[in-house]
Amino acid sequence: MSFITRGFSGAGRERDPRLPPGQTLVADWPVLSAGPTPDVSTDDWSFSVRTETGLTTWTWDELLALGVEDVTVDIHCVTHWTKLDMDWRGVPLDAIFENIETSADYVMVHSHGGYTTNVALDDLLGGKAWIANEAEGEPLEPEHGGPARLLVPALYFWKSAKWVRGLVMMDDDEPGFWEQNGYHMHGDPWTEERYW
Amino acid sequence: MVNRIRPAWLVATVTEVLPETATARRIVLDVPGWPGNDAGSHLDIRLTAPDGYQASRSYSIASYGPSSRVVLSVDDIPTGEVSPFLTHELRAGDQIEVHGPLGAYFVWRPAGFGSTTGPVQLIGGGSGIVPLYAIARAAADAGRMADFRLLTSVRSPEDQFFATELDALAAAGLRIDRVYTRAAPSGWPVAPGRLTRDSLAAVIPDAATIERSYVCGPTPFVEAVAGWLIDLGHSPGTIRTERFGG
Repeated sequence: MSFITRGFSGAGRERDPRLPPGQTLVADWPVLSAGPTPDVSTDDWSFSVRTETGLTTWTWDELLALGVEDVTVDIHCVTHWTKLDMDWRGVPLDAIFENIETSADYVMVHSHGGYTTNVALDDLLGGKAWIANEAEGEPLEPEHGGPARLLVPALYFWKSAKWVRGLVMMDDDEPGFWEQNGYHMHGDPWTEERYW
Repeated sequence: MVNRIRPAWLVATVTEVLPETATARRIVLDVPGWPGNDAGSHLDIRLTAPDGYQASRSYSIASYGPSSRVVLSVDDIPTGEVSPFLTHELRAGDQIEVHGPLGAYFVWRPAGFGSTTGPVQLIGGGSGIVPLYAIARAAADAGRMADFRLLTSVRSPEDQFFATELDALAAAGLRIDRVYTRAAPSGWPVAPGRLTRDSLAAVIPDAATIERSYVCGPTPFVEAVAGWLIDLGHSPGTIRTERFGG
């Protein structure tokens, strides 16, 4: 039931069809985090997946040895900015889950610093998600989640957890950090699944 | 998980637009149906052009509590799309769409989940004072002002948001430390300059005595301050941040 705002014409006449509703294009790359930027070294870095049967862990070198891909994707932040055509490099979750047996349908993503976010396994497999270690041709900056973050471009970007350290498989969809603090369990930008 | 059903967008009527600083405006809204908000939360504003084009942005809320009167303070970003409209065009009687309140983390509540029992340090850079002013006000109203300290960093005295209100809180006993980066009031004991780790360490209490810190401002300010707090021994879990802009 929107109405015309008196005096507002807007700047964005040519609306890019890749822009989901309620989003605005940015050229820079804003930073949003709930707390300080943790200092995470790749020396003692590890990534693990916990399932109903146990824990599988990779070191930094072991994870990258699973094979990296270069992808160009659009990212959409719930705070209304979208950045198009970002170049990323990372290990596809498909490669990680080739080594994993699980019957659980949901994932809690855990990060250094205590951040968590919940994602359905279906949203991570089939070429839809990566553990990303480079963006725009450079190692991922700490404030953007370096040394590695989850990259799930089809969902609002709070699901792309910075400083990722592991996944815990879950039978049920439990809320992570922002999902407990007002944000949507799924987070599809095209249907504006922003908030509860 | 708590589930709340809320209407997607509410119609807000502008009741006042007041000068905040040379570049910022204070915008007072009446929002029928507003469910009230915690100190520190934010809302989305949506504007619609005659051809249906829409733009949405998030803004921190300077007011708190159950009232349908919602106060914002918006700095003009000349290259922006929504803030120039809000600061130059919007006037009393206009209607805009709002959605909220949003964010349940960068908030302070006097009791229950999200509350504190010990000392709290607020640190704001520039317009980052907006949610911190709401928190300081809430603490004062709850009789908890003695536990709170506020550090503000602004370019000059004329750039201080909520200057009169902060002076009143200071007169009532809130400890406020002020940093001027470009121009200080005459007779100010130190030359203007950016906050540093050492100057931060000199004015905030020992890490062990702080239960929680709230840091809000432009990204470089928040990154620097949060990093210094950790250097000074603050546990990362005690530091809540809100970053403005890119």
